[in-house]
Amino acid sequence: MNNGRYGEYGGQYISETLMNELLYLEEQYNHYINDEEFIKELNTLLAEYAGRPSLLYHAKRMTQDLGGAKIYLKREDLNHTGAHKINNVLGQVLLAKKMGKTRVIAETGAGQHGVATATAAALLDMECEVFMGEVDTKRQALNVYRMELLGAKVHSVKSGTKTLKDAVNDAFRDWIARVADTNYVIGSTMGPHPFPMIVRDFQGVISLESRQQILEKEGKLPTAVIACVGGGSNAMGAFYNFIDDEDVKLIGCEAGGKGIDTPYNAAALTNGKIGIFHGMKSIFNQGDYGQIAPVYSVSAGLDYPGVGPEHAYLRDSKRAEYVPITDYEAVEAFEYLSRMEGIIPAIESSHAVAHAMKIAPKMNKDDIIIVCLSGRGDKDVRSIAEYRGVELNE
Amino acid sequence: MSKIANAFNDGTAFIGFLTAGDPTVDKTIEYILAMEEAGCDLIEIGIPFSDPMAEGVVIQDANVRALKHNTTTDDVFEIVRRIRQKTDIPLVFLTYINPVFFYGYEEFFKKCGEYGVDGIISPDLPYEEKGEIADIAARNDVDVISLIAPTSKERIQKIANDATGFIYVVSSLGVTGMRSEIKTDLNSILSDIRDVSDLPLAVGFGINTPQQASEISKIADGVIVGSAIVKIIEEYGENATQPLKDYVLAMKNACK
Repeated sequence: MNNGRYGEYGGQYISETLMNELLYLEEQYNHYINDEEFIKELNTLLAEYAGRPSLLYHAKRMTQDLGGAKIYLKREDLNHTGAHKINNVLGQVLLAKKMGKTRVIAETGAGQHGVATATAAALLDMECEVFMGEVDTKRQALNVYRMELLGAKVHSVKSGTKTLKDAVNDAFRDWIARVADTNYVIGSTMGPHPFPMIVRDFQGVISLESRQQILEKEGKLPTAVIACVGGGSNAMGAFYNFIDDEDVKLIGCEAGGKGIDTPYNAAALTNGKIGIFHGMKSIFNQGDYGQIAPVYSVSAGLDYPGVGPEHAYLRDSKRAEYVPITDYEAVEAFEYLSRMEGIIPAIESSHAVAHAMKIAPKMNKDDIIIVCLSGRGDKDVRSIAEYRGVELNE
Repeated sequence: MSKIANAFNDGTAFIGFLTAGDPTVDKTIEYILAMEEAGCDLIEIGIPFSDPMAEGVVIQDANVRALKHNTTTDDVFEIVRRIRQKTDIPLVFLTYINPVFFYGYEEFFKKCGEYGVDGIISPDLPYEEKGEIADIAARNDVDVISLIAPTSKERIQKIANDATGFIYVVSSLGVTGMRSEIKTDLNSILSDIRDVSDLPLAVGFGINTPQQASEISKIADGVIVGSAIVKIIEEYGENATQPLKDYVLAMKNACK
């Protein structure tokens, strides 16, 4: 990778107004990522605040029930704030602080990245504003209140489809107006360079740990690593330190929504085409004439019409494969893991669990699967009840 | 020398922007001709896009209106074809890069050349990524207009050296939209650019009153107005011809 390119993907397709700031961000990032003090401070936060390393848990009942590969869950749901998002956010907000910024902004879909950013901003005493599509503020109302409790201001974005992509648009619009005092803490491995690199590096801790943990527990590498993919941050984190281990299969699970042959999905790598949007050349769901398509998923966190550029590259180079998982399959997996292991997974992560349920029975008992459990599912309980037609009276 | 230079022959150029297909393809043609008649020296035609990231609310809404009845890139070419039956006024496209990429660079710029589009402004194609289209555009005699922002600083020289047609000087931080006051030290930016380039310098973002136009025209070669024009179209819909003429006339007079 050089100059922000992953094969033909990546790049910096963004307003001239932001270019110097992106170049400055890259320079500062390269400085601090090699600065012992910064790394020490970040690692202390990850260990003592976020609760790392996260567990690599052997899901015995699930393994037995599926009757094939041995299944481990990488428990990012146990991190402070309940998802992998905190790994990236602590890094980026600390970096912003070191750069002398006083304000951070973020986009959020399900609200997990917004909550994580608001949390880190509270901890590091930074002003924080979060952009969230109006549709998402409704389906994740609890997270809106959570962010406000943490001292952040939440903007309900009413433009376009009123979901994650529009939240990203408005976050960039805000940043263009306030580059001097503000860093945009982007939530996924997307956007213009250097964001996909920075987010991947900060999330890389997931596979750094899980690779070591599986070697300790099993004395060998896994057969497959499975993670859900929206923009792709938990998947990049879960894959990254296994990329050179060519025998380890890397599998990303996209939001298949109501089916990839319907208009109601967000499976960019399955249905999308190459394009240029949100600062990057990558794969996007788009309609005639290159208009970005409205997408759909039961999961607000995967409801994004594109994917980070490094995933597009991993797909083309055949290093990783990407599969669509429908809403129905994800909801079944959500319920399955809850009953089987006493772990309620985020509906996003349930897409990865669903694929493990499909392939594990066909694998041998000495095969190992690591599923990245990117977040906890408390936030989804209401919408799953709704999906099942259960009325909750609160 | 492209036709764009002609726009800067008659005092400070007044450059007007509108979004193609807002409110209809036919009205866009009518409004462009009306704006030319009232004194516009160059017209920027916005190709509607689902996610215009560099635009403020006024132009975002125009994009929504144009896309509501499916204005396509081919419709925009049809607008140009019909305009060209009537006038030689310099025309440039304002477009995000994805619709161009999707159309195919070769095909898109070939059509620009054939139909008589003189330039392209792409707000999400900075100097570093200009290579996407630079050669193909040049082969078809389409100028790629470069933008310089208040934050460009030491980037000014390389951007200006590489620029063609005119240079679009962004007056303020932020997205497009009307501003009551422009605080940027434009004099110093314009003078930095003039040190390294002989191209005409047109200032845009935020300008909407004749008074602002008059002030800018003392220091720049062109004044670009988008949101204020789009706002008139938003307000008057299919009956905007006369209000547009009145507005453009007042603005062009202020530029002299």
